[in-house]
Amino acid sequence: MTELLLSRHRELGLTDREYDLIVELLDREPNGVELAMLSLMWSEHCAYKHSRKLLRRLPIEGPHVLLGPGENAGAVDVGDGLAVAFKVESHNHPSAVEPFQGAATGVGGILRDVFAVGARPIAVLDSLRFGEPESSERSRYLLEHAVAGIGHYGNSIGVPTVGGEIYFEESYEQNCLVNAMCLGLAPRERLIRSAAAGVGNVVVLLGALTGRDGIGGASVLASAELGEGDEAKRPSVQIGDPFSEKKLMECCLELLDRELLVSLQDLGAAGLTSASSEMAGKGGVGIDIDVSRVPLREPGMEPFEIMISESQERMLCVVEPERLGEVAKVCERWETLAARIGEVTDSGQVRVLNSGEVVGDLPVEVLVDKCPTYELEPRGGGPPPAADALRANAAGSGPTAPRDSLLALLRSPNIASRRPVFEQYDSIVQSRTVRRPDEADAAVLKLPDGSAIAVSIDGNGRRVACDPRRGAAEAVYECAANLACVGAEPLGVTNCLNFGNPEKPEVAWQLTEAVEGIAEGCEALGVPVVGGNVSLYNESPTGAIFPTPVIGMVGKLPDASKAGRLGFLREGDAIALVGEFEPSLNGSELAKLQGEPPHGPLPDTESRFVRDAQRIVRMGVRSEALHSAHDIAEGGLAVALAECCLAGGIGATVELPGDFELFGEAAGRAFVVSGPQDRLTGFQTIGRVGGQDFEIVGRLKLPITELSGVRDGGLRYA
Amino acid sequence: MKFGVVRFPGSCDDVDALDAATLVGDAVPLWHAERDLKGVEAVVVPGGFSYGDYLRAGAIARFAPVMEDVIEFAHEGGLVLGICNGFQVLCEAGLLPGALLPNASLRFVCRQVELEVLDPDTSFTRACARGQRLSVPVKHTTGRYYSPDPVHALLRYAPGQNPNGSQDDIAGVCNEQGNVFGLMPHPEHAVDPLTGSTDGLRIFESIRAEIDDRVVA
Repeated sequence: MTELLLSRHRELGLTDREYDLIVELLDREPNGVELAMLSLMWSEHCAYKHSRKLLRRLPIEGPHVLLGPGENAGAVDVGDGLAVAFKVESHNHPSAVEPFQGAATGVGGILRDVFAVGARPIAVLDSLRFGEPESSERSRYLLEHAVAGIGHYGNSIGVPTVGGEIYFEESYEQNCLVNAMCLGLAPRERLIRSAAAGVGNVVVLLGALTGRDGIGGASVLASAELGEGDEAKRPSVQIGDPFSEKKLMECCLELLDRELLVSLQDLGAAGLTSASSEMAGKGGVGIDIDVSRVPLREPGMEPFEIMISESQERMLCVVEPERLGEVAKVCERWETLAARIGEVTDSGQVRVLNSGEVVGDLPVEVLVDKCPTYELEPRGGGPPPAADALRANAAGSGPTAPRDSLLALLRSPNIASRRPVFEQYDSIVQSRTVRRPDEADAAVLKLPDGSAIAVSIDGNGRRVACDPRRGAAEAVYECAANLACVGAEPLGVTNCLNFGNPEKPEVAWQLTEAVEGIAEGCEALGVPVVGGNVSLYNESPTGAIFPTPVIGMVGKLPDASKAGRLGFLREGDAIALVGEFEPSLNGSELAKLQGEPPHGPLPDTESRFVRDAQRIVRMGVRSEALHSAHDIAEGGLAVALAECCLAGGIGATVELPGDFELFGEAAGRAFVVSGPQDRLTGFQTIGRVGGQDFEIVGRLKLPITELSGVRDGGLRYA
Repeated sequence: MKFGVVRFPGSCDDVDALDAATLVGDAVPLWHAERDLKGVEAVVVPGGFSYGDYLRAGAIARFAPVMEDVIEFAHEGGLVLGICNGFQVLCEAGLLPGALLPNASLRFVCRQVELEVLDPDTSFTRACARGQRLSVPVKHTTGRYYSPDPVHALLRYAPGQNPNGSQDDIAGVCNEQGNVFGLMPHPEHAVDPLTGSTDGLRIFESIRAEIDDRVVA
């Protein structure tokens, strides 16, 4: 038995030392059921063992925070008695193995996180990374199917997909990234926590039947590098059914409306094991679960399989016994299965029973708190070793004339129009969408009192690869800049840290620096982190992905009718630059086109200049002094101006100093704005809106029809 | 007047339709499992993915208990408006001619499109002018209208705007009696200047005017 288990724990992803610690803590060998449960709860995905210490660096307090990290989703107060709950989560490895279901269930999972806190999901955004679509058929396949999967789930369940971002880099060729973010809206007092409470209360499993899908997803898929033979892991990918989730969601929201639940928790990674341990852990109680009471999709499932199945569209709740009848009625109305599978105890143990016989008995503390955390051993700082050689080879390649550079950038997959993608998503259901994709830098959703929330998701792995600390801070700045462009002030941040294997010193360094950068960015802007997710081991045999922290930010604007737009609006309006802007080609899209590997340093701007620029834009939008606002990001000022022309369907003429770096980047700090001349006194005006050409005097002149033709065709594969 | 908006499991635009109808009258939800139309004067079968659209879009919803009453209501001359999935349901129920096929692109498409009013002399378009352009969004995977026989089309996609390959650019058709209307675009998502357009209100206003006239008559 011992020999068998010894080899088994390694297969399940536990180290020998971790196994020894388990034996020491339990004062005995775990049995098969217990080992399966522990292997998942002690996986990187569930236990954050390589990131937990680091994450303490992030600022989590702020005047608007209602729920912080540790709950199913974070939440901020948006006034008028309402709360917005939100979170971003990765589903990278499942999507690399099976992109349609991987991406679909990524959306399904993040929706459950949000309605688990009692909020109705009102918007989805996604952040995607693939290999180069021009050269890689696999990347085109992953893009097409991941986008279809996101659309399938979000569209079918009636939650609009209002925004997102996609980048293509070779480092994601084998290990694509699929991060999904969801926002939900709730009356403040309806937010619910997941802590189990009340000894003798009943534990009820809601939703879909439990099957063998997703067995070991968290440990097998999410906590190890991808490699050859990943087809064998396909059974670890869950299958999504948005129709079941739609009914489950309406059912849970009605149960909460009627105040029938003590607590609620979604079943995600590690299924019942994780849900029951987390609920018991937070409530300081114990939970008994009888697996023979779990409704199964297939006969003959073993107790351990039932405890770790990742079948989708399930929730766990705690109910007072006298409310069971009412709960059953609501569930029946929504055609949602409700099974009484256990009860809250005072034992401090998660006990697994099979028709009354104990088949597993673990202290909650061991499951949720005792997993060892590891110190990172960061080492790094220089550019990747081959960078200089590569740069020497690349020198001189790529476009050089400004006109050619602009066209090449607009055509490039990272900058080309996202229309082929976002048109596959319902962006308007629920009738809140005041700014749809491509109308503004951030999505804007109106609230009942006439105000609105704005949301953006951002991250640029190439920039973080150049300089993890400044690159990560830049992602925070850029998100806030996007909010400023619609007139919104940040309220809270969620983040998803997508990195390689943290046991490698270079990756550990990237991770440490990037977390520091996020913390610095958030502190500079005074915005707290209310939740997030960590996805490590994003590697393939060819190496780690670009370090890719993804930032999701939610903000608020007082008047939905004054939300900003990105497109130039009116003939004769003045165009101005806002912000301390020292653009550099390091890590820029133009440098990429010229074949340069990412290398730093990135511009370092004093945070007060960033704050000031964003405030000027935010106030200008709110007062309607500005007719348009757009942050200068990928492709620099020239691309930003072209985008403003294309979004407005009108040309522009600007004059810039001869040595101005047209394609240099410094995201989040600088803006292109336009408005009536008399309202832009004090601004640094650079030109005028009008005509049908985009002209930078002495540098380039192109008809906007040509620009739009080039930009529209760039992402035709989606 | 009072609108009823059907709510199937999987309906997504039911709340939007209720809100839009409320701008011109009263509106109540009609639960799929109940055979009770609550005395409404017009029925809206809303968008979404009724019963997950499994099997075929609208194929299962037509057998819902409430649909028996909706069919009876339509046969008695009651006004029935089917939007998107509701249009599919009404075709499946035999209340409207033709069928909706997968988009020519085989992909979901969400886009603001321009529509042209072909016939303003109906219960559903009387607040419009002939040839009037309406800006209304579409969002569907199965919206390519097809009918082997001539049909009474009330709306078509303006030239160059057909998002799905519909026959003759047809966006919406009514039955021979003129009391059942189905369209793929979403008028309930075009009732607020903040979220895009108010042109969809013309459809709800037309129904309101028709009911008001009927009451007077």
